[in-house]
Amino acid sequence: MMALSKKRLEQEPSDLETLLPWHATGTLNARDARRVEEALTRNSELARQYAVIREEYAETIGLNESLGAPSVRAMQKLFAAIDAEPARKPGASQRGASRIAGFFAALSPRALAWSASLGALVLLLQAGVIGAILLKNPPATYQTASLRLDEPTNEPLTRALVPHEPPLRVLVRFKPEARMSDITALLDTYQASIIGGAQGGMLRLQFAAGAVTRDDAARLIGKLQSEKIVSLAVPAP
Amino acid sequence: MQVLYGRHHVRVFRFGLRLVRDEQIAEDLISEVFLDVWRQAGKFEGRSAVSTWLLAIARFKALSALRRRKDVELEDDAANAIEDTSDDPEVTVQKKDAGEALRRCLTALSTEHREIVDLVYYHEKSVEEVAEIVGIPENTVKTRLFYARKKLADLLRAAGVERGWP
Repeated sequence: MMALSKKRLEQEPSDLETLLPWHATGTLNARDARRVEEALTRNSELARQYAVIREEYAETIGLNESLGAPSVRAMQKLFAAIDAEPARKPGASQRGASRIAGFFAALSPRALAWSASLGALVLLLQAGVIGAILLKNPPATYQTASLRLDEPTNEPLTRALVPHEPPLRVLVRFKPEARMSDITALLDTYQASIIGGAQGGMLRLQFAAGAVTRDDAARLIGKLQSEKIVSLAVPAP
Repeated sequence: MQVLYGRHHVRVFRFGLRLVRDEQIAEDLISEVFLDVWRQAGKFEGRSAVSTWLLAIARFKALSALRRRKDVELEDDAANAIEDTSDDPEVTVQKKDAGEALRRCLTALSTEHREIVDLVYYHEKSVEEVAEIVGIPENTVKTRLFYARKKLADLLRAAGVERGWP
């Protein structure tokens, strides 16, 4: 029994011995790599085993590389399955937005028109009040927005209204052979960025150019559609 | 998804193919792997590399496919085939090419040994990453690879190739 355990103990690999394959692939941490390196210089048995490991490493890569790549069928099957997936559950903010949209959609055109008129009237009234206050107390000089505790004021703080136009957004489907580098180059050229995915393997792109006219947008989409790596480009809803 | 697929599908396919040894099944496997990724993208915590995550899913699916196919007999056949051809003079000449023999013996390893050899040598995964993919302790990862290499040496010896280790 004792002899059996002794034999088993002799057959057990040492810790350094078991680390040799990872040393060959360069995936050891610095401390272990140093330990193995030192052991290799003073232990010829270990160095011989390491040479064998390097052969195994090279041949395993060769064997795997010879296996080729999957056919296009695999990718087609995947994207067909993704297209067939049910729409994902929307998040809380999306649910809130759709509820608001649903509320407005439920209103009759007449009620909607009245609501819009009322909203416009409220805005006009608010603008009038703000204008009157500003005319009454015109700012004479430069003034900071720092808080002064000794002079309590009831004046409202207003912020300049910057006209905000939504930037152009387009749904794009890239061709299957499009590489990451091609897509990155295209995004650079058009100064666009990916802001999300959509159903059907399409990506939602946003263009940095800001607001554009309808003609400009159509021209840009047409140009995008003619790109080699683009299979479909349509305006985002 | 296309970018992710483009970057990783070949390696995931090769990993799956080495496990299931059937191109058709391996192709079905990668579709399933990436579909799972699409469904579970929110669960990816980013603690490990994406490739580690993909290989772990691929491994799980490959082993399920193997279980369905009851592949055990096939493995025995592959191991026996290495020894059976040793008398053929033509093959004996081929065996002089140690590299060729090594590749054939790498193919003849058991599923458990093949996966660990590939994960370390081809996919260049660290001890920790292999432990995560295979779901075993790090020390077991080290010893399992050691015994996979010993088995490889036994197969090579049986095929007439002596490498001086062990």
